[in-house]
Amino acid sequence: MIHANEVTKRYGDAVVVDCLSVTIPKGGITSIIGPNGAGKSTLLSMLARLLKMDGGSVTVGGLDVTATASDVIARRLAILRQDNHLSARLTVRDLVTFGRFPYSRGRPTLEDKAHVERALAYLDLGALADRYLDELSGGQRQRAFVAMVLCQDTDYVLLDEPLNNLDMKHAQSMMKTLRRATRDFGKTVVLVLHDINFASWYSDFVVAMKGGRLAAAGTVDEVIREDMLREIYGMDIHVHEVAGRRIALYYE
Amino acid sequence: MRALLLAVLVMLVLACVSLLVGVTHMPVWAMLSGYDDGHAARILAISRIPRTLALVLAGASMAIAGLIMQMMIRNRFAEPTTSGTVEAASLGLLVVTIMAPELPVMGKMLAAAAFALAGTLLFVQLLRLVPLRDPLMVPLLGIMLGGVIHAVATFIAYRFDLLQSLLAWTMGDFSGVLRGRYELLWVGGLLAAVAWIAADRFTVAGLGRDFTTNLGLNYKRVLALGLVIVSMVTSAVIVTVGMIPFLGLIVPNVVSLTVGDNMRRAVPWVAVLGAIFVLSCDILGRIIRAPYEIPLGTVVGVVGSAMFLWLVLRKRSHAA
Ligand SMILES: Nc1ncnc2c1ncn2[C@@H]1O[C@H](COP(=O)(O)OP(=O)(O)OP(=O)(O)O)[C@@H](O)[C@H]1O
Ligand SMILES: [Mg+2]
Repeated sequence: MIHANEVTKRYGDAVVVDCLSVTIPKGGITSIIGPNGAGKSTLLSMLARLLKMDGGSVTVGGLDVTATASDVIARRLAILRQDNHLSARLTVRDLVTFGRFPYSRGRPTLEDKAHVERALAYLDLGALADRYLDELSGGQRQRAFVAMVLCQDTDYVLLDEPLNNLDMKHAQSMMKTLRRATRDFGKTVVLVLHDINFASWYSDFVVAMKGGRLAAAGTVDEVIREDMLREIYGMDIHVHEVAGRRIALYYE
Repeated sequence: MRALLLAVLVMLVLACVSLLVGVTHMPVWAMLSGYDDGHAARILAISRIPRTLALVLAGASMAIAGLIMQMMIRNRFAEPTTSGTVEAASLGLLVVTIMAPELPVMGKMLAAAAFALAGTLLFVQLLRLVPLRDPLMVPLLGIMLGGVIHAVATFIAYRFDLLQSLLAWTMGDFSGVLRGRYELLWVGGLLAAVAWIAADRFTVAGLGRDFTTNLGLNYKRVLALGLVIVSMVTSAVIVTVGMIPFLGLIVPNVVSLTVGDNMRRAVPWVAVLGAIFVLSCDILGRIIRAPYEIPLGTVVGVVGSAMFLWLVLRKRSHAA
């Protein structure tokens, strides 16, 4: 369980996340949705102790993220941010191996290496493992970053727009991989998603933000509704029932 | 692995050549067969071996300092001469020479290192205040900062009649290396070993603050360790033989192109190629105008700026 209690972030006079409290249940996929600038990335960074809070507190699995030693958190929670620029020239396998750093401190054991190979296989990176990151396409690089974070093998995995740059096949396969991680290994996955249909199809829990505040939180049936979505995005969105799931149409 | 061994072999051969070239003829056969009166052996022990060791140590440690700098600043063009580090170190050395001339050389080096660290931190702070879009702006900012510090140092040196020393610190010259005058460079060698031990931390820090925190490391602490190593190596080199320009820039970039930036793998390569580069430039400087000698700083400056241009142009065409 991730518990945010009255979390606040300010930049000068602008309050970007405004006294927000939310509880993300343990196990399963939780999606955070909301318009650009709603504060999703800011919230996610604070949940993962990457950004200092101006108020409030966060606990992850009972541990206060700002009070607990960072290396302890690193074995509990992993995060991938929205934009990642590397100037260092690393191969995909090197990068993914660094996901094991919290355990092996740079001296990967056989077990660590098995984790690396598994993560590479999950994200279909086998053929690219020895390529340098700066020689990959955007989507391939995104998959390498996600592989690194999964390789960290933490109970909580936070991903900010992981489907960025991915084609349909790899987007689907990444979501299935994440779902399998929650079902088979009891992981808690928190995603920021812009495609509300992916959110609707795969999520167990949905958190909606708007203007730095919580707009809604609940199951897919509770949040993916025409009135809710109009409220959150300020536009008309038609929600249809397809194969028993909710699909939103917003193309026109 | 085999390629690295080959490089080590090349380094050893160059080291032997470096022992043999010089104003005084080295009668190897006479020495080996015992016909020598001991004169050559004395030169070898007092001047030649120290010089070759100094070249290897300075070359390896300066190249590693450049590599660390590039990982910490996260810019390919960062190195001690493009970040104010060298200029701050020589300002520190100047100040300590004026204020405490009797201080042993180790103390002077530490004072210079403190200044170097302060100058580098100032550079890091400037970079934080002025987020730069173009990676080429980063070294330009560093060179500008270095220019300002150097101007201050020149003014002080002029006042105290120390311009000659200031010049010596900024221009690497190994012709004065003798036994008893280069041993401080072992500090650099030691720090290079530390860099290899901490290599993974530096690579992680090279991924940026967020990746580092996510992996449970204290970013500021790794950054501090890296910058302290860079400052100490820089001042050890400046105090003993003077600055070797471009070295920290060229060698890590060439290594990055071939074996990548994973420092666990890159550090041995950077150390060996750094030594090879300096040994070759030094041998070149000794034979071009023999029996006169061209200072190493000049040779490296000429060879280095050509290679630097190549790197910049290459980067540009790759970015476009
Ligand atoms: N370093 C910063 N300084 C000032 N304002 C910032 C800073 N970082 C973010 N903001 C502002 O905070 C607000 C929330 O940003 P955030 O990145 O959390 O939005 P988001 O919901 O993730 O948006 P997106 O969907 O576009 O990724 C935005 O209005 C943004 O302009
Ligand atoms: Mg965002």
